[in-house]
Amino acid sequence: MAFTAMVGARIRRREDPRLITGRATYTDDVRLVGTVYAAFVRSPYAHAKIRSVDLGPALAHPAVVAAYSGHDLHHAHGLKTSLPVAHKMPDLLTPPHYLLAFDEVRVVGEAVAIVIAKTQYAARDAAELVEVAYDELPVVVDPLLAMVGPPYVHESLGTNVAFRMPLRAGDPDRAFAEADEIIKQRIVNQRLAPVPIEPRSMISSWDEGMQQLTLYSATQIPHLLRTQLSIVLGLPENHIRTIAPEVGGGFGAKLNVYAEEAVIGWASMQLERPVKYVETRSECFQAMIHGRDQVDDLEIACTKDGTITGLRLRIVGNLGAYHQLLTPVVPTLTLLMALGCYRIANLDAEVVGVFTNTMSTDAYRGAGRPEATFFIERAIDMVAQRLGLDPVEVRRKNFIASTSFPHTMPTGLTYDSGDYETTMDKALKIVDYAGLRARQAALRKEGRYLGIGLSTYVEVCGMGPSAAMAAGGWDSATIRIEPTGSITVLTGISPHGQGQETTFAQIVADELGVPIDHVSIIHGDTDKVQYGIGTFGSRGTAVGGAALKLAIETIQAKAITIAAHQWEANPDDLEYREGKIGVKGDPSKSMTTAEAGFLAFMGDHLPPGLEPGLDATRRFEPPNFVFPFGTHVCVVEVDARTGEVKVEKYLAVDDCGPLINPMIVEGQVHGGIAQGMAQALFEEVVYDERGQLITGTLMDYAIPHAEQLPHFQLDHTVTPTTVNPLGIKGVGEAGTIGSTPAVVNAVIDALAPFGVVHIDMPLRPEKLWSAMHGASNGVTR
Amino acid sequence: MIPVAFDYVRATSVDDAVRLLREHGDDAKLLAGGHSLIPMMKLRLATPATLIDISGIPQLNTVAVNGGRITIGALTTHAALAASDALRASAPVLWDAANQLGDPQVRNRGTIGGASAHGDPAADYPAALLALDATFTIAGAGGERQIGAGDFFRGMFETALASTDVLTAIAFDAAPASAYVKFHHPASHYAVVGAAAVLTMNGGTIGAARIALSGIGDAAFRAGSVESALTQVDTADSAAVRAACAGAAAGSEARSDTFASGAYRAAMADVFAARAVALAAGRTKTRR
Amino acid sequence: MNVDLTVNGETAVLDVEPRLLLVHALRDNLGLTGTHVGCDTSSCGACTVLLDGVSVKSCTVFAVQASGHVVTTIEGIGDADELHPMQEAFWSSHGLQCGYCTTGMIVSAVDLLQRNPDPSDDEIRAGLEGNLCRCTGYENIVTAVRAAGRAMRDGAARHSVRELMPLHGPTLEPPPSGEGIIPPQFQEAGR
Repeated sequence: MAFTAMVGARIRRREDPRLITGRATYTDDVRLVGTVYAAFVRSPYAHAKIRSVDLGPALAHPAVVAAYSGHDLHHAHGLKTSLPVAHKMPDLLTPPHYLLAFDEVRVVGEAVAIVIAKTQYAARDAAELVEVAYDELPVVVDPLLAMVGPPYVHESLGTNVAFRMPLRAGDPDRAFAEADEIIKQRIVNQRLAPVPIEPRSMISSWDEGMQQLTLYSATQIPHLLRTQLSIVLGLPENHIRTIAPEVGGGFGAKLNVYAEEAVIGWASMQLERPVKYVETRSECFQAMIHGRDQVDDLEIACTKDGTITGLRLRIVGNLGAYHQLLTPVVPTLTLLMALGCYRIANLDAEVVGVFTNTMSTDAYRGAGRPEATFFIERAIDMVAQRLGLDPVEVRRKNFIASTSFPHTMPTGLTYDSGDYETTMDKALKIVDYAGLRARQAALRKEGRYLGIGLSTYVEVCGMGPSAAMAAGGWDSATIRIEPTGSITVLTGISPHGQGQETTFAQIVADELGVPIDHVSIIHGDTDKVQYGIGTFGSRGTAVGGAALKLAIETIQAKAITIAAHQWEANPDDLEYREGKIGVKGDPSKSMTTAEAGFLAFMGDHLPPGLEPGLDATRRFEPPNFVFPFGTHVCVVEVDARTGEVKVEKYLAVDDCGPLINPMIVEGQVHGGIAQGMAQALFEEVVYDERGQLITGTLMDYAIPHAEQLPHFQLDHTVTPTTVNPLGIKGVGEAGTIGSTPAVVNAVIDALAPFGVVHIDMPLRPEKLWSAMHGASNGVTR
Repeated sequence: MIPVAFDYVRATSVDDAVRLLREHGDDAKLLAGGHSLIPMMKLRLATPATLIDISGIPQLNTVAVNGGRITIGALTTHAALAASDALRASAPVLWDAANQLGDPQVRNRGTIGGASAHGDPAADYPAALLALDATFTIAGAGGERQIGAGDFFRGMFETALASTDVLTAIAFDAAPASAYVKFHHPASHYAVVGAAAVLTMNGGTIGAARIALSGIGDAAFRAGSVESALTQVDTADSAAVRAACAGAAAGSEARSDTFASGAYRAAMADVFAARAVALAAGRTKTRR
Repeated sequence: MNVDLTVNGETAVLDVEPRLLLVHALRDNLGLTGTHVGCDTSSCGACTVLLDGVSVKSCTVFAVQASGHVVTTIEGIGDADELHPMQEAFWSSHGLQCGYCTTGMIVSAVDLLQRNPDPSDDEIRAGLEGNLCRCTGYENIVTAVRAAGRAMRDGAARHSVRELMPLHGPTLEPPPSGEGIIPPQFQEAGR
């Protein structure tokens, strides 16, 4: 068979046949005999004392099997362990976060009781029969007000400030004293809802004979979920099996250990029968983590030629009512990426994390980095506008030079590799930037408002070195060469749309010389797969794929030892060539990995001392993060009569290193751009001043439809990293991070004739129309 | 996601439906396509004790063009209207509304009667039907009666239908110079502003105009001052059309929500009214 | 009450509560879990099926309303042995990621091409207005529907998954690679 390289090819995904025919098994599709169904009773108030919970009417419903209040769990059943928060912040305030609220509720949608019935319809009916009496307490939803509270979300803390983290580098005071211009701007990064199309779903069963708990859940982190369940439920970890079956999108929102997961697991133990819970979309809007929600105050010092000499920054992160798994970490990532891809030597910054009576914020696609990219890319455009320079030239002037990598930033991060100017120039050439500017000038004379926006982003991903992570940052892979020659791969990551069943098989096929359909990629089941950290932070391939590469190297080394023994050759004289073992400089002899695996299985022709079997488990500990980058260009026209934005052109030139499957990389970028553009133009979670969620359904919260999005044109450059053996950088979040500022910069550019400097997102038509009609409220001029 | 339990009965005729409504009282609701009612039931915002399914009643799902008069059965789906060449030629304002309403699945299932009876202030049909000055045929306890669109749409989720009434048909005169344009809510597909124009043209000049708006206030309404201002306006003069459409929402108190304030809605009423007029006027030109 | 359904060519008689939604009848009573639930406001379209040949949101139809009618779910659109050209096109064009919206999206797209066999990109986007996808940004979905339209106009044969992505039995002699074989009618599907 001729060797055909799989890596780099546009191979159709191997996971798709089951998905396109409706034969995939998502959590809600799991059917277990004797299943009962749960519904949660949730707080209608943002802050209240729970006076009493009467489960009686629900328990009287003929189909109800059981009902428990938070009081029952806490006092009668002793479930007093708080839900986990992963962090390494010594001074972080961590108020308790119990499985069900029993004394006080602090956010609308907080669960106070669970009702379990024989059908999901009956469970919903009976949940409405539970009578909960509340005494309302004062509510705070605005983080700037909460910072100087009372009222306090957690009265016992005596403050709403969970942490402050300062960061100072260089001599910012001098930079500001010597600046030609100082630009001050407040930038609000609005709250978003992740909205995976599959809501949270879980089904748990308890095997009394084996004393084994099995929880299927729509999660991105099956192993971390198992560990936390063990801690919260007090059950030995080796008696828990967690399974992430097909997962219908996560975007960070399923990178969490939710109270409901623990309660459902516990309930199945109590009842000794399977318990299923699938949330409604309305519950999802209330009780799935939210993203973003920062108020970022910037001061930018620059010289007349556009050189940015200093940045003062205060990031106020709205944490919501409780810490979820990574809540406090997210705004600190903003701080780390505050300087973008620019040489800004002087920084005076602080992050403040603040509790409010809202749903917790946590990792949503990009998790802290989109906020940083947004304000620094906006800042570049504001500098250009103030100084009358082209935003392209301001970027060029401040870029970190391609010759200076690895490049250590004032924030302490070391960027691995980059070539920002090449990527930008490629993008400018493709869109004919000069031509666009000429057209813009011509259209303005006709009273039409074209805007051109750039974003030259860099982001940090491939999470990450364990030293810098709240919990381990490594990941794992096992490769088994089976006796018949097929190859089983167990990966510690937990893909849910990212396509690693295909891309990992491409890598294995090339390296071990087998047809791709001989490779199976197994993931998401803690009883099958060795411990892994999971899929988030654009780490799946950059970390999990790197572990796979290490496992391949171990397999190859052993296969070479086996072949050398068979051929009575010196292993040093053998090599892997196009997926087969051969003798260096002698093309006549070869052995396949399958043949070596068969010998290893038979066990009787192995070198003395070599263990039988051909398999390997390896873990990759990343020595650094990876830093993908790129240039996005957006061209919009704003309708002067309505303020509606039409995106005329969108180009992304991304650099995530070498591409294993370009089709899959493009898909990741498309989806990322869509979510980032949606933040710019459409999406916003709104709570009123009493903490009521105004945007609580898909009738109010606008995730984009097909006709609201344009065609996305893509291109790329390739700058490998040395951080991992594949040379690749993550691409899961780059589109989201890069796109939002490109869109907003384009819209603000369109409105430049009206003297507009900044408008906060989402750029709803009314805001733009008002800005074009002289409004001052909400518009910086 | 899960409605409260209810009893379900099927009506075999209009008379049967009226009888069942009387029998089951105020807690009964008619079910046609269900695309206004079922979403509210799933959120438990509507909890009827009985649903009377009228979707099987024959002969209520036809579009009849008789001379210059169009009669549409109440059970006609949005999709059937959206696909009707006869409607497109004779009353494009309603064809536009049917095509822009909801999404394809909603259009395949929802009916003009059900949508009209729901009285949603942000729905598309009310503006079109007001501009067409449509007549609603209603079967009720006292027999059949007819009521004009101006009296039919009364307020937020409120129409002239009594609890024992069945809307059976909607009729109007052909209006080839007509159009409906819509400012879509990005999430709900409902009208932030929907503007309908029905023009009688004298060459390039408007002889008479009926302009109606939905999405703005508690109910769709006719913009009387705009209608008079448009008379004698040359539609080629877009500035004059815009000027005539100024203050289109003056007769209504415009609602505010997270997407659009009342002031903005009112301003957009002017813009979309002018666009509807321009589109309607253009349709006469292409036909000549 | 009793409900008579014909689902994917097979008849079924169910005894259900009047309030049972068609999507739950399909998923829970008939085990057809390819039809998904993604919202509670009839917004997302994940539950889309064909009812008497046209697309509907099965979360907004009571099972009793479908009695006496014909339902086609994703399982009836095509299976591994006989993929519908729309399914092949979604596969070839990478028109899906997590797959959760995909089954409803494919059913809607089938309905769209029934009404308009040669839609423009704008018509495709408008025609899929009742379905939400959070993964793809719709780019490759539009590509897929365009490609499927072309294939269906050309009278494309149905293919099986096994033919396009062969699963080989145990052997020490590797068979020909099953690398991304894309059927001829979809080979221009890329940009």
